[in-house]
Amino acid sequence: MADFINNIFGIGDSWVGYLIAALIAAVLILHVVAVGALLFIWMERKISGRIQDRLGPTRVGGKYGWLQTLADGIKLIAKEDITPDLADRFLFKIAPYVGLAASYAAFIALPFADGVVAQHVNTAVFFVLAVLGLEVFSVILAGYSSGSKWSLFGAMREAAQVVSYEVPLGMCVVVPVMICGTMNLTTIGNMQAGLFTNWLVFNDPFTFLTAIIYFTCATAGVNRAPFDLAEAESELVAGFHTEYSGLRWSLFFMAEYSSMFVVSALASILFFGGSHGPIPVGQWIGETIGGTWGLSISRIIGVGNLLLKGLIGVTVMMWIRWSFPRLRIDQVMTMCLKYCVPLAALGFIGATTWQYLDLPTANSLVGNPRYEKHEMWTEGVGVTPAADAGPASGIPDPEPHSEDKTANTDSVTVKTLPVSVVKGGER
Amino acid sequence: MATSKIDDPRVIEFDVRTDEMLINMGPQHPSTHGVLRLVLRTDGEVVSDVEPHLGYLHRCAEKIGENLTARQWVPYTDRMDYLAAMNMNLGWSLVIEKLLEYDLPERGRHLRVIISEMGRIASHLVAMGTYGLDLGSFTPFLYGFREREKILNLFEEACGARLTYSYLTPGGATADLPVGWTDKCRQFLNQFKEVIPELHTLLTTNSIFVSRTAGIGVMSAKMAVDYGCTGPVLRGSGVYHDLRFHGEERYTEMYEGYVFDVICADPETGEYPESNYEFHGDSLDYPEIPRQAILGDCWHRFYVRMLEVVQSVRLIEQAIEKYEATSGDWGTPIKLVQKLPAKEAYMETEAPRGQMGFYVVGNGDSIPWRVRARSSSFCNLSVTAPLCQGILLADIPAIVGSLDVVMGEIDR
Repeated sequence: MADFINNIFGIGDSWVGYLIAALIAAVLILHVVAVGALLFIWMERKISGRIQDRLGPTRVGGKYGWLQTLADGIKLIAKEDITPDLADRFLFKIAPYVGLAASYAAFIALPFADGVVAQHVNTAVFFVLAVLGLEVFSVILAGYSSGSKWSLFGAMREAAQVVSYEVPLGMCVVVPVMICGTMNLTTIGNMQAGLFTNWLVFNDPFTFLTAIIYFTCATAGVNRAPFDLAEAESELVAGFHTEYSGLRWSLFFMAEYSSMFVVSALASILFFGGSHGPIPVGQWIGETIGGTWGLSISRIIGVGNLLLKGLIGVTVMMWIRWSFPRLRIDQVMTMCLKYCVPLAALGFIGATTWQYLDLPTANSLVGNPRYEKHEMWTEGVGVTPAADAGPASGIPDPEPHSEDKTANTDSVTVKTLPVSVVKGGER
Repeated sequence: MATSKIDDPRVIEFDVRTDEMLINMGPQHPSTHGVLRLVLRTDGEVVSDVEPHLGYLHRCAEKIGENLTARQWVPYTDRMDYLAAMNMNLGWSLVIEKLLEYDLPERGRHLRVIISEMGRIASHLVAMGTYGLDLGSFTPFLYGFREREKILNLFEEACGARLTYSYLTPGGATADLPVGWTDKCRQFLNQFKEVIPELHTLLTTNSIFVSRTAGIGVMSAKMAVDYGCTGPVLRGSGVYHDLRFHGEERYTEMYEGYVFDVICADPETGEYPESNYEFHGDSLDYPEIPRQAILGDCWHRFYVRMLEVVQSVRLIEQAIEKYEATSGDWGTPIKLVQKLPAKEAYMETEAPRGQMGFYVVGNGDSIPWRVRARSSSFCNLSVTAPLCQGILLADIPAIVGSLDVVMGEIDR
């Protein structure tokens, strides 16, 4: 976007373009976070209401209570911001912002569609997970600084739980990365274009398993029930946010809901086709219209797809939350260390073996011209070794970006480097 | 040197030693069921000692009873176990009737069975729902309250109140059941029977629920008897004791001619008795007992309540038929100022939470000389401290919730 802006103003490769692009991206993402949180909290209330045989909000903003969260937000802003006497004032005040900043920053590398991303990051998967992992700091800081024993309990639980669950989560994320040979989320998403059978979740039984484990670990990673031990209200009153009030309290919720969306969107990119719908309508429309307009329309449809998939993931998390009791801390750790880690390892080893032995996959069954396109792609980019190495080592070769994508092909050169490295290693 | 220190095992032990922490749980805490205060001594998540503190809801109910006439005190019994106020009314009514040697007409007897068993269902629904809440599951709570709401609607129709009924009074009830009430009640029961399997799915057989409750807070039959536990807490430990069967004659004759089971596992086999009650067209399916469950643990206490609800449905169905078949008087409430003979009377009834006893001494005046209540929750709560030793913090709500205490009844 920065180049585009610089071109408009004709100022060459200036920092002004980058600044403007960054601001635009920041504002857009802030809207995703803030409006998303509004929507998700409203959704949570409505969904929980329906699950529990009641109506949920019905008054504010019409029949369906659309504006209930906004009204609550106004109430929360107007509330007194209390800092307990025993609190470590600085840490207490800064903690909610740390959490929100972490989950906000994760959106930077999250591609909403092909090319619709704030910043192209070659190691986007790594970046998103790493930044999202920082969210645990806010909980630990909040719990530690509150000066309340209940908060401290919540923080300690969070520290134990989230840190443990990052291990299987990372192992699950490695599987799509290994299959696609890149850590770039845009590339991973683009490789799954076409029918839904191209989604990596259908690549082989092990990716299916991995997808399920990823979702479980992601639920635990963002502290959703049945893993919401840090804020277990029946045990710890409200856990780490016991002492918070007003806006600071609501920031924790915004962070929680936006990181719920991030992990769901990440799941949909890694396993469920990213911005591609089950039937490639958007792609077809884009190709029919052609040109910039076609590209824009297909991108908008792609953004819609990704948001929808993220919403579905969030809805499933809410559904789980309102159906299940909470686990105990030792059971949460047992689940992680005794079940999730071995299963994730099994998924990883299985998927690797599957790729190595070149066993049949659903992804290549639908006449998707992966292999033909692969050569075009490598010719264009000029990484010749990968062209013959791919089929030989049994790694299904990634599909190229859509042809009309020009701006990103340059960066692909860099991104494909891990492919050859991985393959070299496997030989 | 640091290495030499690590070689010494005692030093390592000293390095990782943790401090104990005293935590105050309650009286304002979401899962202490009212105003129970627990002082916990914890080492990290492990709780080594729990001490319950009572008295935050003490309202001198017994002393007030010594300043009011017998009928005037009925509303105060409502406020003891406010979740099963009908059963509290019944207990007080029966003891006054015993003192006055008053015999209830048959219609009133059946009416009382209907009402008190409905009260039991309503109370167990709350117990079930809040237990889910204690374990972090919010939805069963609302399912329970949805059904309880229907019972409260029926109660409201019968007596005008939804929480503190004062409906059953010494001498009978304040009024007969309204016309058409029994049909509505039957309708409710038919609909409610459909809901019970739903609740079983959400909680009883849910694997997370089982892992949270099975094998937790195991109380042997001996311990249950030693501590004076009653009701589902006692029967959950495999002690076959239900005052509706084993109580005083004045109480058990209320249930004469009724067919129902006492829900209690056989301590030898751990199996619950086969039910011969037609339920859903086929005989009642008890959900399978999970293999982790040990007789006397939280899961069994919960399970007993769930099954007792079914038995109450069964009792009400019979009672409605008997009630409709009899005609005539439903009993005459005693006068507001009724002279009590200079005698004493004590009687225990099977309230939803256990044996609720009332003791009254008359002195020839209308105002009793002494009024005392024996609370079931009080004895049930007394096992908290021995049960909650060496458990995890999250097990405390599980154990206290499974005892299903109501502080209004404990503190009176």
